[in-house]
Amino acid sequence: MRIPLSWLREFAQVPADATAEDVMAELVKVGLEEEDVHRPTDEISGPIVVGQVLSIVKEEQTNGKTINWCQVRVVPEGQSQTLLHEGIDPSGVQGIICGAHNFVEGDKVVVTLPGAVLPGDFRITPRKTYGHISAGMIASSRELGIGDDHDGIIVLSRLGLDPEVGADAMELLGLYDQAAEINVTPDRSYAFSIRGVAREFAHATGTAFTDPASLLVLDEATAPGYPVKLEDHAGIYGKDGCDRFVTRKVTDVDPSLPTPPWMASRLSLAGMRSISLIVDISNYVMLELGQPLHFYDADKLTDEIVVRRANAGETLQTLDGKTRKLNTEDLLITDGSGAIGIAGVMGGAATEVSGATTTVLIEAAHFEPISIARSRRRHKLPSEASKRFERGVDWEIADEAAQRAVNLLVELAGGTATTEITDVGTAPAGVVIELPEHFASELIGVAYTAEQITWALTEIGAQVAVVDGGYQVTAPSWRPDLATKQDLTEEIARLVGYHLIPATLPTAPPGRGYTRTQSQRRRVMAALADSGLTEVLSYPFYSAAQNNTFGAPVAGEVPAVKLSNPLSSEFGFMRTSILPGLLGIARRNHGRGFRDLALFEAGLVFLPGDTLGTEGIPPLGTKPSDDELDALYSGLPHQPMHIAAVLTGHDSPVAAAHTPRVYDWADALDVAKLVSDVLGVEVVVAQGAHQAFHPGRTATLSLRNGTQVGYAGELHPKLLAELDLPERTVAMEIDVDTLFEASADVIVAKEISSFPISTQDVALVVDANVVAAEVLETLREGAGELLEDIALFDVYSGPGIEDGKKSLAFGLRFRATDRTLTADEASEARAAAVALAAERFAAVQR
Amino acid sequence: MSEPTSPEVAVNDDQSPVVPHPTDEAGINVAVQAALAAFAAAANLDELKTARLAHTGEKSPLSLANREIGRLDKSEKAVAGKLMGASRGRVNKALAERTAVLEAEDAARILVEETVDVTAAPRRRRAGARHPLSTLQDRVSDIFVGMGWEIAEGPEVESEWFNFDALNFAPDHPAREMQDTFFIDPVDSHLVLRTHTSPVQVRSMLEREVPIYVLCPGRVYRTDELDATHTPVFHQFEGLAIDKGLTMADLRGTLEHFARQMFGEDASIRLRPNYFPFTEPSAELDIWHPGAKGGPRWIEWGGCGMVNPTVLRAAGIDPEEYSGFAFGMGIERTLMFRNEVPDMRDMIEGDIRFSEHFGMEI
Repeated sequence: MRIPLSWLREFAQVPADATAEDVMAELVKVGLEEEDVHRPTDEISGPIVVGQVLSIVKEEQTNGKTINWCQVRVVPEGQSQTLLHEGIDPSGVQGIICGAHNFVEGDKVVVTLPGAVLPGDFRITPRKTYGHISAGMIASSRELGIGDDHDGIIVLSRLGLDPEVGADAMELLGLYDQAAEINVTPDRSYAFSIRGVAREFAHATGTAFTDPASLLVLDEATAPGYPVKLEDHAGIYGKDGCDRFVTRKVTDVDPSLPTPPWMASRLSLAGMRSISLIVDISNYVMLELGQPLHFYDADKLTDEIVVRRANAGETLQTLDGKTRKLNTEDLLITDGSGAIGIAGVMGGAATEVSGATTTVLIEAAHFEPISIARSRRRHKLPSEASKRFERGVDWEIADEAAQRAVNLLVELAGGTATTEITDVGTAPAGVVIELPEHFASELIGVAYTAEQITWALTEIGAQVAVVDGGYQVTAPSWRPDLATKQDLTEEIARLVGYHLIPATLPTAPPGRGYTRTQSQRRRVMAALADSGLTEVLSYPFYSAAQNNTFGAPVAGEVPAVKLSNPLSSEFGFMRTSILPGLLGIARRNHGRGFRDLALFEAGLVFLPGDTLGTEGIPPLGTKPSDDELDALYSGLPHQPMHIAAVLTGHDSPVAAAHTPRVYDWADALDVAKLVSDVLGVEVVVAQGAHQAFHPGRTATLSLRNGTQVGYAGELHPKLLAELDLPERTVAMEIDVDTLFEASADVIVAKEISSFPISTQDVALVVDANVVAAEVLETLREGAGELLEDIALFDVYSGPGIEDGKKSLAFGLRFRATDRTLTADEASEARAAAVALAAERFAAVQR
Repeated sequence: MSEPTSPEVAVNDDQSPVVPHPTDEAGINVAVQAALAAFAAAANLDELKTARLAHTGEKSPLSLANREIGRLDKSEKAVAGKLMGASRGRVNKALAERTAVLEAEDAARILVEETVDVTAAPRRRRAGARHPLSTLQDRVSDIFVGMGWEIAEGPEVESEWFNFDALNFAPDHPAREMQDTFFIDPVDSHLVLRTHTSPVQVRSMLEREVPIYVLCPGRVYRTDELDATHTPVFHQFEGLAIDKGLTMADLRGTLEHFARQMFGEDASIRLRPNYFPFTEPSAELDIWHPGAKGGPRWIEWGGCGMVNPTVLRAAGIDPEEYSGFAFGMGIERTLMFRNEVPDMRDMIEGDIRFSEHFGMEI
């Protein structure tokens, strides 16, 4: 909301020298946050003066246009020019070329003299044109940035003004005014008006407030007004869509009269375009009092007005020219011809005021917020009116706003007021709130006195009755947000001042620290970073193709959570894997010249289950039943935390006397093993396959119980080429939530034997396609309890080994817990291990 | 060599050194002096070895003289034994001393020879890094855990009820629209990407026993296009305390304590009236940042207030018995002004220089 200071001064004690910044500094104390400052003088500067056209010579041009060569007096007759600037004539008379024709000799106009600057950094200088030196400009309101009038220049006499020649026209046009723009929170509908902000300014400064409503004298009805019926039979949540409808009629309006500059400049400062005097008056009253008005051309109305819900199939051409299909939930204003407006949102084209309107019917109505909000959203018609109705308008202000509009139409548009007045509807019951005596003090922690409480609540316009044990507070009609004792407490606290709230520190009960999972997560992340990987964060918005490639081992449609309103339609799904995002980041870094990368990311992936969401939403303000809560919980997709890593290039920087190692598939596995080591969970590696990975260099990662938790290995060369990533880039992704769950609560100690070790090596020749891990596991199984440890220390194929075979060399360490092993015992165990491997894999000892 | 010798003493026959008689004090002394001089003259362990062999070896004058003792009379034996013992003792001591000196010199020399240029050392292990947003999130959590609070978490795809209705956002209220929400398709599944971490507060109230003191950090989503100060994916931390008799002064005290932990003892906070559906009264939270770039100043930090009774009722907590406060701040925003990050995009583009500059700290 933008507040022109001149307007605010009418109702609040704003010092004459206060700037918009000063006003905002006060308003922020009571909760109206500063947004911006609007000052015409930031864009426009003089000399801009009142001039009188002495003579006009019409000169026809070869291009067919007729221009006016004017002599314009810009200092009072008999005086000489005191302004000094190139092109300002000492005689006080300027020669100016003007293309507009809406003025005659003797008219007083606005002259921008050489040296003046207009909006858009338009500098006025004497310039040669059409054979003359034109030293200045006769200005239109558009050139001055205060209106949209294309028709011609400002003729002051037509605005009812007769200022002295040479007077400062910027003053006359309100261009020295400035506006403070504040952010109005959704609960403070009343602050969408000068009236409301003036009241808040008074709260903030402790100065007097004049309610503009109190300045109006309401005409008494002498005859029935325009017939209006309120017939809403289908209110949303059972509430009537319209509970007040006031009409006033003004006749003999002159639609050709222009908007006076003071009004145009205030509207412009408030952020609204000046359109025509009649429309401007309706906007002006809305800004001043917060009551949106609608003006009908009374001559275009037929029969009585009925406010009702739309019928199925009904349509309306709104005043933006579009024909809109109406919904049966839309609240309509109708007359004998059908719909003439969507209540509170937009009027119909057929009954709108125009350049030919002479009789205006003013509508000042009160609509139910939800109904307006839904129609506005349905028809995508946000407007200044709907913004106010949605947040709640003062029920009481309707007749006063209508009166204000009548007055302005009479005063500025030459209209005649009639006293045929309609005012139908039912006032809502006043909201009475019980405020226990100490409630505010106990909630805020400040001992408010009875005087402070009564003062604050009275100040905001509430009626306060002291009753036994506290206060009975009737909220003011313009504060639909006040409903509870907490609401009143906020009013007391903010008017007395938030700065008076002391600081006390509550003592939390003994906490349990981080949960096991939280600690584990942190340890894993720290371990990855400690081991040389860099953590990055990527966006989880993916294309279907990204999910289809990375979200499942084989090609096909991967179920994914879809966004209804994505920022980009290409990336309309939530991720099912972290790798695509991480690879994107790898690509970006690679492009920026970083060839050696070890990246990781931890985050949630989104895996839809059988049910997605719930049919409805449980109501507000009550605890849902257990069944409802279960449905809410089970309607969510599964969202486990994954950790992914991508490695490419070298493991360390190049240096003197140091040859860095190139990352390969085993490094990806090593990252996975690091994660499992840190968590103390055994992860079983097996030869695997995944469409995103190299078919021969992929491992599946599983728990001992067979639950698969991830993949690691070298990415598919074709994919790397498509992604423009270096060859041999390796990656891993693992579901750490499953690892957290699998980690033991208590780790049971293992007996440490101090008897000597007996070490035996064995080399086995097996088929080339036999995987080492399985042979190792078989040896472990075959060797039995005496085997303490086993490791693969060499893989060999080549001379000495038959084609299609390979030799695997293992080191076995035997030890007993209760005795020194004899050489025979160790050899026996070794032989048993070899025998089992021979049986399972036809392994031959080398 | 004119003196006749028996075959038993003919061992040194072919040696040039004169073997003194073991009772010949002057003669023995000559041999001793010769040994001492030779040891002292040895410049290194090799020369000392040569001197040792010459003067204490089997065929050295002293060894040979010593061997003669066995053949002496009993009366001479004692004299000779004493003389030879003392003399050999002197020689061995001198040898040991010289050996120690030369060994020490040798060791020192080797160490000097082993000198390397330490400034040319290679970096053999890559230095990794946490993302500063993660580190900051951990830091904030540590502060609250230190106060006895617990950390609560929840899903990012969330039910509309938890994200809005439970928090007193009425279905048609403008505040609901102002959240710029990502909706899940189909819209009537009533799922959203959570727009704040507040649903975790509701979950905490439903799942925990009062009193509750929890901090809820996490990732949230709004339909903002990425620019220097906005990102559609960002992080927040929110706090919630529910207990008997909690006041807005308690809220202020908690925030002030936290602010000082984050920004130093000179930090303080300011509350300004504001509106949030889930708190009443509500406040905007400014922090006085003593270390702000360009000088100490107030910086808008987040929102806070006393938990709205409607929210307590939605979570099955009796607002007549319990009160509570809540607050929330953006982690990106905090990092931006605390660590002078000029552009939001630096945090989310994933350029390794951003994370690596911070390393494991913030």
